[in-house]
Amino acid sequence: MNIIVTLLLFAGLFFFTGGAVGILRFPDFYSRLHPAGKLDTLGSLLAITALALFNLHHFSIGTLLTSIKIILILVFVFLASPTATHAIVDAGVRAGLAPWVKGEERR
Amino acid sequence: MDRQNQENLGTNRSPTNNEERSSTQSLQGRRLFFYPFLITFIIMFGLWLVLSGHFDAFHMSLGLISCAIVSYLSSDLLFPSPRIRGLFSQWVRFVRYVPWLMVEIIKANLHVTYLVFHPRMMELIDPRIIKFRSKLKSDLALVTFANSITLTPGTITVYVSIDGDFKVHAIDKASGDPLPGEMEARMPGHSVRSNG
Amino acid sequence: MDNIFLYSGLYLAFLMVLSLYRALFGPTVMDRMIGVNAIGSKTAVLLILIGLLYHRVDMFVDIALAYAMLNFIAVLAASRYFQKRKGLYDESPYR
Repeated sequence: MNIIVTLLLFAGLFFFTGGAVGILRFPDFYSRLHPAGKLDTLGSLLAITALALFNLHHFSIGTLLTSIKIILILVFVFLASPTATHAIVDAGVRAGLAPWVKGEERR
Repeated sequence: MDRQNQENLGTNRSPTNNEERSSTQSLQGRRLFFYPFLITFIIMFGLWLVLSGHFDAFHMSLGLISCAIVSYLSSDLLFPSPRIRGLFSQWVRFVRYVPWLMVEIIKANLHVTYLVFHPRMMELIDPRIIKFRSKLKSDLALVTFANSITLTPGTITVYVSIDGDFKVHAIDKASGDPLPGEMEARMPGHSVRSNG
Repeated sequence: MDNIFLYSGLYLAFLMVLSLYRALFGPTVMDRMIGVNAIGSKTAVLLILIGLLYHRVDMFVDIALAYAMLNFIAVLAASRYFQKRKGLYDESPYR
């Protein structure tokens, strides 16, 4: 049980690392959204699932309710994260930011 | 401008739409109003039970009263058109759609992680904007499709119109090519439209 | 197990510092919003980790849920606010 939790948690942390490094490395606003919006979502999925599993260790009604709440956070993240990403990219388009194309300088 | 905003945001897009629809369909009687109310009430009360954690009579009755008020006021927000007939098959399709989406998300996430950690990343990525027209018609299907495109890494939905025109920002050629393709064919709203 | 959670939390905080660079020095306002959004999504996980460390998950999970919702609403409001601004490129990086 502990091994599964640790593996899931580390996989989540790996994707979080990918997200953070991607935000720093990618050349422009639109391509930065790719790691920010989605690697973070998958990282949250894995890490939060691991924590909910670990919370069920001492099984009772109380811990079951807490685990359901943790899963509820996960459902909310899955609904909200694409919408937030979409709102940001829409604001960028309306403000007139031009997408980066191959061969330009990074900004 | 304002109407476009609502369409773009995707989630809260239909207050005006709703009023038109409910006024045209109010003639169809009270029975159509009842099922959305019941389903909204069940969802709300389940949320109440999970979030409060108290199971004594006082808190339960408070929850019953407030959930009834909320679902009476806003049941038409969750179900814009009170059409129950296709709902069950749509749910079955949705449940079958989610695991496939999970596998796609994980595969595509690995691809983006590979791009992020690649030392010569600037030569690999090739951002482009793709335009296509979707065949989906219902509001919910379009929103789910747009969110699924955004969740599949490598692609972000930039713009959706109510007719199904999509603009998608893809990070390289490989992740942009499969659109609309298989994901659209598996969408939950698709079968309902073709059945009538 | 507590040690694993402790070091995972510290590592998450380190990743938040990395994202903070984008939020502080991002060339445009939108880049800053990406950084803030990334920090917020990590904070929800970090709060549950803190709850597990203190053995009070039942309390911290409510805070995490409220924080996730607050982060979502903040990003929506900020993006609605900034979309009317033209010429985001001309802003100096240190304002």
